[in-house]
Amino acid sequence: MSNILKIIFSAPLSAKFGMLVVVIYSIVAIFAPFIAPYGEREILGRAFELWSDKYPLGTDNLGRDMLSRMIFGARNTIGLALSITILAFLLGSLTGMIAAALGGWVDQILSRIVDVLMSIPSLIFALLILSIFGTSVPYLIATITVIDATRVFRLARATAMNVVVMDYVEVARVRGEKLDWVIRKEILPNITAPLLAEFGLRFCFVFLFISALSFLGLGLQPPAADWGSMVRDNATLITFEDMTPLLPAGAIALLTIAINFIVDWMLHKSSGLKDVS
Amino acid sequence: MLADANKNSGNEPSATLLEVKGLRIEGLSEKGWQEIVCGVDLKLKRGEILGLIGESGAGKSTIGLAAMGFARDGCRITSGEIIFDGIELCTASEEQKRKLRGNRISYVAQSAAAAFNPAHRLLNQFAEGPVDHKVMSRTEAKEKGRKLYRSLDLPDPDNIGERWPHQVSGGQLQRMMVAMAMSCGPDLIVFDEPTTALDVTTQIEVLKTIKEIVTARNVSAIYITHDLAVVAQLADHLMVLRYGNLIEVNSTGQILEAPKQEYTRALLDARTRHEKTAVQISDAETLLSINSVTAGYGNGPDILQEVSVLVERGRTVAVVGESGSGKSTLARVITGLLPPRSGEIHFQSESLPPALAQRSKQQLRKVQMIYQIPDVALNPRQRVRDVVGRPLSFYLGLSGKEREHRIIELLEHIELSEHFIDRLPDELSGGEKQRICIARALAAEPELIICDEVTSALDTIVAKAILDLLQRLQRELSLTYLFISHDLDTVASIADQVVVLYAGRIAEQGPKAAVFQPPFHPYTRLLLSSVPEMRQGWLEETLSTREAKAGIAREVKITERGCPFAERCPVAIPEICVRDRPPLQTPASGHVFACQHAPEMLLDHSA
Repeated sequence: MSNILKIIFSAPLSAKFGMLVVVIYSIVAIFAPFIAPYGEREILGRAFELWSDKYPLGTDNLGRDMLSRMIFGARNTIGLALSITILAFLLGSLTGMIAAALGGWVDQILSRIVDVLMSIPSLIFALLILSIFGTSVPYLIATITVIDATRVFRLARATAMNVVVMDYVEVARVRGEKLDWVIRKEILPNITAPLLAEFGLRFCFVFLFISALSFLGLGLQPPAADWGSMVRDNATLITFEDMTPLLPAGAIALLTIAINFIVDWMLHKSSGLKDVS
Repeated sequence: MLADANKNSGNEPSATLLEVKGLRIEGLSEKGWQEIVCGVDLKLKRGEILGLIGESGAGKSTIGLAAMGFARDGCRITSGEIIFDGIELCTASEEQKRKLRGNRISYVAQSAAAAFNPAHRLLNQFAEGPVDHKVMSRTEAKEKGRKLYRSLDLPDPDNIGERWPHQVSGGQLQRMMVAMAMSCGPDLIVFDEPTTALDVTTQIEVLKTIKEIVTARNVSAIYITHDLAVVAQLADHLMVLRYGNLIEVNSTGQILEAPKQEYTRALLDARTRHEKTAVQISDAETLLSINSVTAGYGNGPDILQEVSVLVERGRTVAVVGESGSGKSTLARVITGLLPPRSGEIHFQSESLPPALAQRSKQQLRKVQMIYQIPDVALNPRQRVRDVVGRPLSFYLGLSGKEREHRIIELLEHIELSEHFIDRLPDELSGGEKQRICIARALAAEPELIICDEVTSALDTIVAKAILDLLQRLQRELSLTYLFISHDLDTVASIADQVVVLYAGRIAEQGPKAAVFQPPFHPYTRLLLSSVPEMRQGWLEETLSTREAKAGIAREVKITERGCPFAERCPVAIPEICVRDRPPLQTPASGHVFACQHAPEMLLDHSA
């Protein structure tokens, strides 16, 4: 425990800032019902009320409290993005490592499937699938998971390839170890650093992708609060020189930047570069 | 410009070219800045060669680079003076140093394959230096390159420069690297282990090139190596270093004949051949028999052709040959990684299934392997406990206290204390890593251990300790070794039986004494005569022999017919050797060699 604290304290300022932001976001997301002054779906006043003591950030196009919706939006959007990223990593890294470890036709088939999926522009792919199957949350998760898993597959396969040629993997094979051991014990521990770094970046992309889909009306469906759709719903305000609709967009941007700071630091650490003064 | 440089330096041979006084260099480690070169003085006269000797971590390369006024990333020169031909390099500006480097001081790295840019043609890379330093125009530089290539006896000197680095063999590439170092006509060349990664036969060619260039052109050189026998052929003076400290400095003859320091004696001793006393075994039980195995990769040619080897229990069989002769392929066939195209392998009189997946756990347990480079043979994320413990739980079903106890017992076997159990490979030295690999192999309680070049990546003293350990373990646990090596010194000290492989075919095999004294097969003789001996003048003697003239350093080529060695063989019979497979001859029981000549005839030649 003290080790982890030591590492965190030795981090550069940018990474500390990133971690602070992530911690605040997580607290907000987890304790949303206790922090938010009003409910997520409560219609309280008139549409587009200005900032006031009652409604710190005003109200939205239906008269719901903006601040409360921002707080609940954090929960929905981050929760969705996190679960999609985790699923994409489970799927992508597992298949990637299997492709690298087995090689031959298994690798060929998996890689070609991924190539085909990657050749379709992801937004169009998602629009297509979601308009065919409807915009329920499970479909949303499945679609984005598959799209992102292809990128994870590429990375996992490429890094695992470098590990597979090592003598220690050969030692394990000659010992008679099963595929499961080779992947879990010999390959995975040696590619966790790049995978973790990619996890941070991927999380940002998923986040942006959900927001983009929500903006187009194919993401989380109303009345659930979501930062992407909040921008869309209140976009008209921008023409009246009101910056409120930019707040959810800013929240997205801040989280993305924060996570990238952390990822940069982790990449720097895992690459083993020394700081030469 | 070159002429200018020579003018103000004065050309008298006795002039001091490089002087280093009280050089201290620090390196950045996890514990902060630590001294890695602790006050070293050296003096190098024009036309002299200075050898820097020591094990890894002695600071040899760091000093070599400092002679160019350069410190690697994470290193800094803290005090001392480096005076090259009147110029103080420590205080010189980057621009001044840039003008010297590659022009008047040049550098030859250990691995030519890594030092050449694979994306440029060789001659273009040769011309880079001279053009950059405005010594010559591009066409002049290229012309000079071709001339140098010719004087170095490189094949097809007019066109070889148009090739890409990957199209040239390792030894040739290293010689072209030496030629490149000469491109601007430097005063000083720093050679950093230029032959360490090469076969003995290729090493001779590179040494010859270096010797020719340095003596013919009156160039000074710093030659960095861990191999005393190699540097003895070249250097006028030797400096022995250890942990950044100067241990001993003297003329080469003095160091070889009468070393003053204990450490120098240890270095010399590690390089001296220690014959092993033959193991007496009453019942010669055959443990492994390989019957006319032919194997190759994918759709490629047969890398192994009808190879048959018998390994008796409790003995050491050495497989020798240059790179490309199929030694490692043989190991892969035995372990089942590469199922042979034809032929059979029997282990303890039962037939071993060709592919790994078909073998039972017990069959796998009995054959273990130790690898050449311990760094990549150990998973960097697994602690010693996991590395050594896994075979215990996998093959023998040990767990908990029993397993822990056995791991500590194994660590004692390999002369490491139990504190090592929680270490990661990063926290071990090269020798310790190799010991852990040995412990991992022992943990399976194997019958046969395949040692694939286990000492070639290690320093001489460490390598000797590993060999001693292997021999002690053999005596105590009656192990059987299949020892793959290109280093005949090692083979001579550890083997009972020797198998000489050439281009995937067995050239000669039999008991060590029968194969080496006297060697029948011309290839065996070539290999033996290529091992550097610890005395001055050996290189010249060897180069004047018939073997050398027949072409020591040629690539190993696999042939469909005839004798694969024919084109390098000094006694080849024209037409016949290229056309017909050489017959197998047995001059004594258990001793076989493949040659057209009769044994008596071959012995005459060696006389």
